[in-house]
Amino acid sequence: MGNAGVLDPQGPVALAERTMLFNATAIMLAVILPVIALTLVTAWWFRAGNARARYLPDWDYSGRIELVVWAIPTLVIMFLGGIAWIGSHQVDPYAPLVSEGQPLDVEVVSLDWKWLFIYPEQSVASVGRLTVPAGRPIRFRLTSASVMNSFLVPQLGSQIYTMAGMVTRLSLLADKPGRYPGLSAQFSGSGFSDMRFEVEAVPGPEFDDWVARTRAGPDALDQAAYAALAQPGTSNAQRAFASVPPGLFDAIVGGDGVMPASAAPTSSHAQAH
Amino acid sequence: MFGKLTWSAIPLDQPIPLAASALVMLAGLAVLGLITWKRLWPYLWKEWITSVDHKRIGVMYIVLALVMLLRGFVDALMMRTQLALAAGGAQGYLPPEHYDQIFSAHGTIMIFFVAMTFMVGLMNFAVPLQLGIRDVAFPVLNSISFWLTAAGVLLVNLSLVVGEFAKTGWLAYPPLSELAYSPGVGVDYYLWSLQISGVGSLLSGINLTTTILKMRAPGMGYMRMPVFCWTALASNLLIIAAFPILTATFAMLLLDRYLGFHFFTNELGGNAMMYINLIWAWGHPEVYILILPAFGVFSEVIATFSEKPVFGYRSMVLATMAICVLSFMVWLHHFFTMGAGADVNGFFGIMTMIIAVPTGVKIFNWLFTLYGGQIRFGVPLYWALGFMVTFVVGGMTGVLLAIPPVDFVTHNSLFLVAHFHNVIIGGVLFGAFAGYTYWFPKAFGFRLHEGLGKAIFWCWFVGFYLAFMPLYALGLMGATRRMQHYPETEWQPLMIVALIGALVIAGGIVLAIVQLVVSIRQRDASRDETGDPWNGRTLEWSLPSPAPAWNFAVLPEVEGRDAFWAEKHRARTQQSESRPLTPIEIPRNSMIGVVIAFFAVILGFALVWHIWWMATAGLGGIVAAGLARAWTTATSDEIPAAELADTSHREGAPA
Repeated sequence: MGNAGVLDPQGPVALAERTMLFNATAIMLAVILPVIALTLVTAWWFRAGNARARYLPDWDYSGRIELVVWAIPTLVIMFLGGIAWIGSHQVDPYAPLVSEGQPLDVEVVSLDWKWLFIYPEQSVASVGRLTVPAGRPIRFRLTSASVMNSFLVPQLGSQIYTMAGMVTRLSLLADKPGRYPGLSAQFSGSGFSDMRFEVEAVPGPEFDDWVARTRAGPDALDQAAYAALAQPGTSNAQRAFASVPPGLFDAIVGGDGVMPASAAPTSSHAQAH
Repeated sequence: MFGKLTWSAIPLDQPIPLAASALVMLAGLAVLGLITWKRLWPYLWKEWITSVDHKRIGVMYIVLALVMLLRGFVDALMMRTQLALAAGGAQGYLPPEHYDQIFSAHGTIMIFFVAMTFMVGLMNFAVPLQLGIRDVAFPVLNSISFWLTAAGVLLVNLSLVVGEFAKTGWLAYPPLSELAYSPGVGVDYYLWSLQISGVGSLLSGINLTTTILKMRAPGMGYMRMPVFCWTALASNLLIIAAFPILTATFAMLLLDRYLGFHFFTNELGGNAMMYINLIWAWGHPEVYILILPAFGVFSEVIATFSEKPVFGYRSMVLATMAICVLSFMVWLHHFFTMGAGADVNGFFGIMTMIIAVPTGVKIFNWLFTLYGGQIRFGVPLYWALGFMVTFVVGGMTGVLLAIPPVDFVTHNSLFLVAHFHNVIIGGVLFGAFAGYTYWFPKAFGFRLHEGLGKAIFWCWFVGFYLAFMPLYALGLMGATRRMQHYPETEWQPLMIVALIGALVIAGGIVLAIVQLVVSIRQRDASRDETGDPWNGRTLEWSLPSPAPAWNFAVLPEVEGRDAFWAEKHRARTQQSESRPLTPIEIPRNSMIGVVIAFFAVILGFALVWHIWWMATAGLGGIVAAGLARAWTTATSDEIPAAELADTSHREGAPA
């Protein structure tokens, strides 16, 4: 599937961001294109051989021009600064999305070098593929089990870093069903280039079907399975896990990436950090 | 006995690194052999290696930068080739372990050892001449600064032959750069070479700042200084303020790696976010350390080639100092995506944009400097015009990236890569070439070949657009930086265009070498007999070319801006006879710089490989050299008036 990344938004966050990109570009082009043209025209007109150009050997100050020269960039920047300030509040990754759909919680763990997605309510998990219902906001909580990465789905919008021992948050929404490539945007070592994943947005009922199918699957994300998954290595295989011990994400955040020995880690352990 | 160092450190099993290191060693041996064969050692030792003349040191900085430009550019070509090949399922020809070293080395070398070294070289060469003085404040320290930079360069290149370089990117973010994830010596090479050269940078910053603040010619008030001196002052103030942060940050990472501290580890309370804040508290001022001197070069070049004073001098000064201060208030824009709140992101976004105001003012003022001129299209002006056209595009994409929501989708993408190459090539590198061409006659007494100079410009200009416009597009299509291969075959055509652009730039680099050779061979035809080849405005052009070791036999009396221009256009009276020549003292050559650097390389190498006895010896050597210097009493030579008179007869004579 050909896709044009940031230029082809498939959700409200990406759309707002592309709009700001286009608006700011247009505002600045209105200034810099004339400046480029004026630079070249002025240099050419005042070339040494041109008898019609007036030579002003001592002209080096004009209060009026100085005023204009400071005013133009100041006004442009005031305008763009407004966009930046309003925009960063409008598209705050931590703010909930305004939507009619019921939010879905997903916990994201970056491992060396793959992405683990945990669905805490559904108690299932997947690796390499993030299946979500179209039209419902996805509330991500993100962390890393090793080095830093950055979670990015260009067509859905905002990226956010994943860092060990810390939780970052992000809300995204896919308007309609489709497959959108995702990646890590923060270099994380030799397997970095293969740290791709795919977002599959499906209609609501199909999502429920997917959860049911996944729950019926053979693999559980138990201690051994997680330990194997956390080993450094790349894998193109997309996997799904029929069950996940509750509190796994918080255990990863709090336990330096090591799952506690008890099968069901308590949430108080995680909150202590 | 040899710490971690074993024969396995030599990459005998990997053909590409082995060939590269063999090539570097052969080239190095060839140069050393040629010097020996031509019996140039005594000359080099006496006239260059131990020289404390700021002009010679400036030239050596620039030679170092040009050599490292070759190295950094070979890295760039290898990366572009890899990405032109590695589409779909293809893996290209560079495995990740090697590719990751290449992009880390490319960034490190280009920023620290090309851009910065080049700018420091230009400032060293031109600032004392423009201020009308005989040397920098601390000439011997200047030599030490240069040789410490060279020591850092040597260590980086040593990593090619013995061991490996960092595989972490040019800023070595933890926890990836911690021992747990980078157990090899690559990060240690990176850290120690930058610690050593960083000391050199800091000393150089102190030296030039002191020079500008305390050593101007009589009558050279602050508001009479050439704009280049102002930008040099701003740049060196930033070096003094910013480099200690880098040194401290690297010291903490070194403590983590060597002594089991936990500043930035995942465990035991370490916090990688601290490193990222600190490294950018240095890193953002660093880009202004690079660009401000380039702005100064363009101010000189545009005024000279327009035969007019700089328009809005006071605005230029104000804008320069505003950028100097503001550059410390924007570092967070390098990590809007780390999860700071909307208020924090919004604040730093706006602060970043505000820098565009003084920068925009500068662009307009250069435009009005051109206005009303009699513009000669010499090679330096080509670079200046190319810069004005290119830099505004880079400025625009910079402001785009400063809008946090736009950054959320372009951060770390090839759009970002295109942006910073746009400002660093279009700004710093074009400025470096402009300054190189502009001041070359003052350093060597003959001009560089004009036609080849224009050809070099067009290769860089066209090559830049071919190489980096596709990267803007790819970034918006979702391509991120530092990937070694990618599945999207639709990206490949643009990657191939970018490779072609890099090859066009390579043509510019080859032509630059050709230009140097041709210019040297035809030097008799392009001699600068007057000392003023461009009809210059500032004091360096009042001196013969090449300038004598003591610069000014009689210190000039400055009565206004563009002092030399004023002097040329004043009805000339008997003024020059009215001031008799008196003997002057110039500092004597010193080998302390090269000796300290020699031991610093030993120290750095030993620390990288954990060879503690050798580290002790290296440190001991540095201390001993310092002590020996402290007991040196004869540190200057007197030049008698007769000798000054003999060589200064051409001084100040207008064409």
